[in-house]
Amino acid sequence: MSDQNVNKGRRRMLILTTSAIGAVGVGFAATPFILSMMPSARARAAGAPVEVDFSKLDVGVLLTVEWQGKPIWFVKRTDAMMEKLNTIADLLVDPDSNVETQQPVYTKNLPRSQEKYPYISVMIGICTHLGCVPLDKFPVGRASGMGADWPGGYFCPCHGSKFDMAGRVFKNVPAPTNLVIPPYRFLSETLVIVGENPEEAKA
Amino acid sequence: MEKLMSWIDDRFPLTQVWEEHMAKYYAPKNFNFWYYFGSLAILVLVMQIFTGIFMAMYYKPDAELAFASVEYIMRDVPWGWLIRYMHAIGASMFFIVIYLHMFRAMIYGSYRGPRELIWLFGMVIFVALMAESFMGYLLPWGNMSYWGAQVIINLFGAIPYVGDILVEWLRGDYVISDATLNRFFAFHVIAVPLVLVILVFLHIVALHKVGSNNPDGIEIKKTKDENGIPLDGIPFHPYYTVKDIVGVIVFLMVFSAIIFFIPTLGGWFLEADNFIPANPVSTPPHIVPLWYFTPYYSILRAVTWAWLPGGAKLWGVIAMGSSLVVLFFLPWLDRSPVKSIRYRGWIFKVALALFVIAFLMLGWLGTQPVGGINTVLAQLGMLIYFGFFLLMPIYTRLDSTKPVPERLT
Repeated sequence: MSDQNVNKGRRRMLILTTSAIGAVGVGFAATPFILSMMPSARARAAGAPVEVDFSKLDVGVLLTVEWQGKPIWFVKRTDAMMEKLNTIADLLVDPDSNVETQQPVYTKNLPRSQEKYPYISVMIGICTHLGCVPLDKFPVGRASGMGADWPGGYFCPCHGSKFDMAGRVFKNVPAPTNLVIPPYRFLSETLVIVGENPEEAKA
Repeated sequence: MEKLMSWIDDRFPLTQVWEEHMAKYYAPKNFNFWYYFGSLAILVLVMQIFTGIFMAMYYKPDAELAFASVEYIMRDVPWGWLIRYMHAIGASMFFIVIYLHMFRAMIYGSYRGPRELIWLFGMVIFVALMAESFMGYLLPWGNMSYWGAQVIINLFGAIPYVGDILVEWLRGDYVISDATLNRFFAFHVIAVPLVLVILVFLHIVALHKVGSNNPDGIEIKKTKDENGIPLDGIPFHPYYTVKDIVGVIVFLMVFSAIIFFIPTLGGWFLEADNFIPANPVSTPPHIVPLWYFTPYYSILRAVTWAWLPGGAKLWGVIAMGSSLVVLFFLPWLDRSPVKSIRYRGWIFKVALALFVIAFLMLGWLGTQPVGGINTVLAQLGMLIYFGFFLLMPIYTRLDSTKPVPERLT
């Protein structure tokens, strides 16, 4: 065979198209492997709602339960805690809970709770920075080991993020947003189902 | 014997490889203490693979069984405690050796042309090694394992748009779970080690192509005798094989002393919180990554300026990523006419000293609680860390240098 009459343009064209089709094939072949690493059907099914009975919970104490493998916090806040919420707005990043992804619409209010039960705070206890579980530092001031001007709230030990008693994030900490509030529905005054919206919000 | 060798040589270039890479591979004659760490790194790599294989015979990559299976190795498997300590402490030793190996490159300019690719392969090895040790650290399924993995995986969540889905993909679940443990096991025992071995091979191929640098930063290939052998070179074998054996023995003495007398090194090599089984609803009061990650962890935590567009979280992650990425560019940031610190001026020496202090300080701060003076110091450390690299094109050009001799001193 002679090299004299090689059509270089056609040869280059054939190499390019073969490579391009090959690359598409590699992409298709890689898809099942990449998707196999997504949460499995079993993991997706595990997020069923849970019922929480907090009739024996004291006022001003933190109760932690598990839902979807995440810690869910319950606190019956005291009057003093509720009053503090009014006074610290200028220390907070998002005092009015304007970031929509952080709570269901029915808890977008000052105490970040449902209207009928304002004192009950339900939140996902996962820091919005990198997913640690913050510690409860409820006593005001130095009693929490936080500093004289501490209004009471939560402190993340990993990177020092601070949240108030409604889970609203303070300024100048690494966490960008308020703590997330899960959907929850009151079955009675002391029984809550986490993972479901209230009847009136469903419509 | 000779017949056997020629039979093999006709089919495989055995004698040729031996001569090119050992018996007739000419290395500079003036290697000093700092040149032990390359061969030691290979030693530790082999040791990690070897001890790892034996642990995999008993370890169970299952969230229900993992913690107990590690305790089983420690208590019931004959000599299991020794094999596990060699592996767990070996990881820390690996990073000590690698950090010293990298520091050697920095003081003698070993990353400079024509050795840029050696440095780049080395940096990829370093990053792969970080991934390897991070995933290995989840396997004992202790509480620090769990929360360390939680924090590091959530770093990827800071990436705009794709962050959340990426995190789910990495975990294989909505939280760190059995699925995460199982895949980390797969990566830790086969995928990353395989990549590491290949990269080490490439690192050495690239090294043997251009030849080693040396404490003088002089190219020995410039002055050769009539046979084409560098005048300042000596064959790697037997001269440096013997030298490296001395290093190996001293290293193994230190390593054994730690294994037998202070295996946890006061919490620096094995953390107390990791003797508690993983608990998804309780973060340890004080999360500390293992010491070799703490400088980067400090940089992550140092960014607290909420006014940055996208928020402090995203920029903390970017700063931490950049602290590794900037190292890749070292060969092109350094504009000094000389390689070795021996012929550099005071500016580089001061800059390097500040960098070492900042690096150690960041490492220490990464183990301490955040807030107050610690955050300010971490921000200062971060400033020096990045300043060292980003200002390097300027100060290495301004710096006065001493004349470099033709031959090794």
